[in-house]
Amino acid sequence: MIKFLLMVNKQGQTRLSKYYEAVDLGKRAALEADVVRGCLARRKEECSFVEYKDYKLVYRQYAALFIVVGVTENENELSIYELVHNFVEVLDKYFSRVSELDIMFNLDKVHIILDEMILNGHIVETNKNRILAPLLALDKMTES
Amino acid sequence: MALKIVKGSIDRMFDKNLQDLVRGIRNHKEDEAKYISTCIDEIKQELKQDNIAVKANAVCKLTYLQMLGYDVSWAAFNIVEVMSSSKFTYKRIGYLAASQCFHEGTDVIMLTTNQIRKDLSSPNQYDTGVALTGLSCFVTPDLARDLANDIMTLMSHTKPYIRKKAVLIMYKVFLKYPESLRPAFPRLKEKLEDPDPGVQSAAVNVICELARRNPKNYLSLAPLFFKLMTSSTNNWVLIKIIKLFGALTPLEPRLGKKLIEPLTNLIHSTSAMSLLYECVNTVIAVLISLSSGMPNHSASIQLCVQKLRILIEDSDQNLKYLGLLAMSKILKTHPKSVQSHKDLILQCLDDKDESIRLRALDLLYGMVSKKNLMEIVKKLMLHVDKAEGTTYRDELLTKIIDICSQSNYQYITNFEWYISILVELTRLEGTRHGHLIASQMLDVAIRVKAIRAFAVAQMATLLDNAHLLTGNTQRNGICEVLYAAAWICGEFAEHLEDPMLTLEAMLRPKVATLPGHIQAVYVQNAAKLFATVLQKHEGETDSQAAQETSQLLIDRLPLFVQSANLEVQERASCILQLVKYIQKLQQKNVEVAEEVTALFAGELNPVAPKAQKKVPIPEGLDLDAWINEPPSESESEDEKPKAVFAKEEPKHSRSRHTEVDEKELARRREARKQEQANNPFYIKASPSSQKVYDAPGVEHIPVVQIDLSVPLKVPGMPMSDQYVKLEEERRQKEKADKKKKEKKKKREKRGKGRKGDSGPESEEDITPAHHVDIVTEEMPENALPSDDDDKDPNDPHKALDIDLDKPLADSEKLPVRTHRPEVLKSPAEDRDDNTIPQETKKKSSKDKKEKKKDKEKDRKRSKEDKKKKKKHKDVEEELPESLPEEVVQSEETKEASDLDFWLSSAPVPPVAQVVTVSSSAAAATVDSSSAAAAESEPEELKDTEPDDTKSSKHKKKKQKKEKEEKEKKKKKRHHHHHHHHSDAGAEDSVQNGTVEDEEPLPPMSNYSLLAENSYIKMMKEDADQVCDIQGNHQDESKVVVSVIFENKSDSFLKSMEFNVLDSLNSKLQRPDGAGPHDGLTVPFQLPPGVSNEARFVFSVQSIVMPQKLKGTLTFIVKTDESSTHEKLDFKLHFTCTSYLITTPCYSDAYAKLLESGDLKGSSLRLEGVNMPFHHLLARICFHHHFSVVERIDSCASMYSRSIQGHHVCLLVKSSDQTVSIDAKCDEPSLLGNVLDEIKQTFSKC
Repeated sequence: MIKFLLMVNKQGQTRLSKYYEAVDLGKRAALEADVVRGCLARRKEECSFVEYKDYKLVYRQYAALFIVVGVTENENELSIYELVHNFVEVLDKYFSRVSELDIMFNLDKVHIILDEMILNGHIVETNKNRILAPLLALDKMTES
Repeated sequence: MALKIVKGSIDRMFDKNLQDLVRGIRNHKEDEAKYISTCIDEIKQELKQDNIAVKANAVCKLTYLQMLGYDVSWAAFNIVEVMSSSKFTYKRIGYLAASQCFHEGTDVIMLTTNQIRKDLSSPNQYDTGVALTGLSCFVTPDLARDLANDIMTLMSHTKPYIRKKAVLIMYKVFLKYPESLRPAFPRLKEKLEDPDPGVQSAAVNVICELARRNPKNYLSLAPLFFKLMTSSTNNWVLIKIIKLFGALTPLEPRLGKKLIEPLTNLIHSTSAMSLLYECVNTVIAVLISLSSGMPNHSASIQLCVQKLRILIEDSDQNLKYLGLLAMSKILKTHPKSVQSHKDLILQCLDDKDESIRLRALDLLYGMVSKKNLMEIVKKLMLHVDKAEGTTYRDELLTKIIDICSQSNYQYITNFEWYISILVELTRLEGTRHGHLIASQMLDVAIRVKAIRAFAVAQMATLLDNAHLLTGNTQRNGICEVLYAAAWICGEFAEHLEDPMLTLEAMLRPKVATLPGHIQAVYVQNAAKLFATVLQKHEGETDSQAAQETSQLLIDRLPLFVQSANLEVQERASCILQLVKYIQKLQQKNVEVAEEVTALFAGELNPVAPKAQKKVPIPEGLDLDAWINEPPSESESEDEKPKAVFAKEEPKHSRSRHTEVDEKELARRREARKQEQANNPFYIKASPSSQKVYDAPGVEHIPVVQIDLSVPLKVPGMPMSDQYVKLEEERRQKEKADKKKKEKKKKREKRGKGRKGDSGPESEEDITPAHHVDIVTEEMPENALPSDDDDKDPNDPHKALDIDLDKPLADSEKLPVRTHRPEVLKSPAEDRDDNTIPQETKKKSSKDKKEKKKDKEKDRKRSKEDKKKKKKHKDVEEELPESLPEEVVQSEETKEASDLDFWLSSAPVPPVAQVVTVSSSAAAATVDSSSAAAAESEPEELKDTEPDDTKSSKHKKKKQKKEKEEKEKKKKKRHHHHHHHHSDAGAEDSVQNGTVEDEEPLPPMSNYSLLAENSYIKMMKEDADQVCDIQGNHQDESKVVVSVIFENKSDSFLKSMEFNVLDSLNSKLQRPDGAGPHDGLTVPFQLPPGVSNEARFVFSVQSIVMPQKLKGTLTFIVKTDESSTHEKLDFKLHFTCTSYLITTPCYSDAYAKLLESGDLKGSSLRLEGVNMPFHHLLARICFHHHFSVVERIDSCASMYSRSIQGHHVCLLVKSSDQTVSIDAKCDEPSLLGNVLDEIKQTFSKC
């Protein structure tokens, strides 16, 4: 199962964090710093999987933004790798060419998207239209 | 009012929203903390306002700050406020904040229970959705308990959007409130076959996660998952299922066998790398579980290895990494297959990516052999020199040591080489693994006696050059090596060439800068060396040398006496006093050497690391009992100084075995060998090294001249390389010798041309250079075999290790919020038709209807497999309450046997056994007969279509099963022994346990004689199958009839044609293009004495009345001379029962059904029924396709459904041989006929 998902930029600033198992606020900072350091240090030609403590980290880089997913030992790395891309595609579709700023300014919406895709540490939906349906409904609600 | 709103919005204009906050933080890069603290103050102000919009905005900002690492727990109550807003736009902000900030310890969570419950049952699906999502993050045990039932209800919600979320949340609920698992499990299982793939996938996810921790409880789901696996096309789901199978196979090797084929098919066909990878992984798991005695699977292994090679060769680093990862799993069981890819793995060592290099290192570990060890290690040593980062270098170092020391140094042929490698490794700067090298040195020196002389010489050099190791100020790690060096030199001082020199080296002032524990060893071993020197000079007329030694010690030891380290101080002062005393004696010319040596007499034996743990506790000794009064709590525990060499401690403890009984030792060694030989996991040394023990002695060791004066850093070639060369030469020479011998003995062989190539040389050819006696580590006598899997007692999944196959007890219900206290009724009253379980009342009627619809859909989808299981289960379900204890046991065996059926590809499934055992005792269980009937069903769909393309394997299997079934029928009918009897009885093993039931159910069968003549006998059963072949034709229902044809004559029967005169209502399904009067060809021929089964599908319009159809079977009887046409007329009787399908029903749904008032009632009384109640129920279940909804004492409610969706409900009560059946159905004529048929069934017996 998925333990956490982080979006971090190259400067190591967290842009989004979601934990599927409660982690102490203090430990979060340490964990994020650790994880980010581990992933940022890696070169492009290195593989996207890192072993970190009990987790496996699966990360992908999009421009200056890293998406890092911490999963348990038994998770299929490749499927998570694909999931990350799927997530970015959904973001791209909603924000039409998503940028780091989109994510910062619309943190709550990104969370809605994420919650539609991953629930309780499991992949729950991968269809873009179905993922975006609640969000679009919400947008309509606020417009009216 | 209007003014207030205007004011509110004006207020808001001045408030910062999330965007402003983010921008502000970016603009205040220098004083971010200060800026944020002012923002937090503003937020606090905003939270004090009444306007919910303002509050929501504030909470939204807090969520962002929380992400940045600021503690916002002080706003927990405000978050709850926003959560309870009626507007969804605010509510979701509240829930988002809660899901990010709340955790189990947040105390306001208990305030949310009712709000969450309200949101869960909200008509707006997004309200429910957001509540579920939030809940998944902060659910506490209390919330889980209070809301479990609500969430469980949502699992059957009309909207898949809610269903899938509810299913996933249940996993968290199970973890927090394990009691909910059993009550919720049936519904969860149901969701595996949900029409919505998303829900299905969610259920698969949850069960996979549960099963991963406690696989054995989910073994019975294997058939269902197998079906899902072969039918699903969703790769995400497939991956999960395949993963689950990976967890199940270790428990059930037969499952593995069954999986191999579909998995290899997937491997061949899929283009998704993730799926391919998962399949390969599971195939590996399967092969591991089958590991022994399955040579047939070498093809699968080859396939996996091939695919992995493709992955590793791929330019995508991710695939490369995963390929190596999976390869290392194969390595454990099939090292040979991996070894052939050594080239590739070695290539990966040069990869740019460190994690890939590490994986490749892991693989190397399993790939070494006697032949290539030196070569591989040489390559690794090169990498050590090149390595940049210390972590990777340290990893290399540990790997080198692991590789060399694995399986008791199995692959080392030359220990001098190994010692030199270790010495070379000490040159690594700043490594953390000094102690690892040290312990290896100690281990080798102690256990390999032949190497001691060499080791001591090397260690002496090390000690002499200690300044090289300690030269840099903080090369801390590596100086541990000196610990080993000093100890080895001291302990095996007799091998020292010049003990005096070493003694001097050990007492240099520089030593005082070493860590305390090393100094202590130095001091102690200096004393040993002293004893050796004394002994050496004993008897010499000139006692000068001995006295000089004493003087040296007396001069140098005071340095250590001043040490800050207590251990060093104590030892030094003891020894100093001793030496002073000796000096006195020496001056009097007293011979002291012998006495001094006696201080250190005796040989140290290596003790296994776990030996201490394995000493059995003597009887009557309670280790936990206090010897003294327990100390007071206040006593502070001083931290003990960390023992760096904790592992070695036993070796150094001075409890020496002064005299070890050689015989005893030999005996123990023998016992150990025996044990190792029997232990499949113990990797034995190859025979060659075993033989070596008594092979000719030391003369054969190639003389390796090593100049001890050579300093550690040899310019140019490192030392160990010499060994590689020497080894090469030695092997060639050996080979040549061998060849010569062979030549002499035998005629010339082809191998002549092989000279000089290092080519295919088998393991056995390599004899070790050293005839080494590896002393095995000692274990205490009668050591206890301790299993080392200490599970974490805090693992939350432990609580979920619950048997899910046991039927639910009444007490096991999810807590339901009730408004008034539940009235306790006596069970007999309780079963009144109109009693509704409390929980159902709560649901809105709309909900109900939709739920029902949903269920129906589910049912339609459910195919044979499921039905078979259910039918089977239902029979079981009625048993438990009357026979609580035995039943549980038999349940298990039944469940197991069910799985057995599914799994057994062996020719004789357990039915045959049960039948043979019980033919006289009439003890066959319903289980076996129904399972036997059911077993043939799954294939039914395919079989009805004239489909010849099916694999012959399948057919064979099926025929065999049917034969057995047939055989069984015969026994029952004729009660005489059949010629097959002995055949079947021979194979008894699996489960005679089923037969031992106290109240076994009589055998039952739905087959009845259809027609018979001198040639052939037909028996039919209405297999109660609905096959919605075209799902859109809702009105068209189908019934499948299985007919067993048995050839009673001595002739060959062929060209059988089955034909039925269709009525308006019922029609035989003929293939397209056939006329309405054409017969159906029976797809087999019958040799004499053989029987086989065919199935025919009929479509039926109205099902309320029983029907009879006339039919004919025509066939050709072929004898040696002639062949004649024959025909046999029969009448097919379709009872109303045959239109019923066993359908399980939950008691809540059942109660609702009765409550709805759509059903008409009818009743039936049966007199003189003399059988136990559970037999009665079993009969109704079996013959009339009902399932038991609930049973209390001698009263039970039962349910069944017709193929056209009519509900049939029964309430069966029994007292004193009288059975009354109250029945309700929405179609009165159908009900009447069914009741008549039930009556008939019981009149027959």
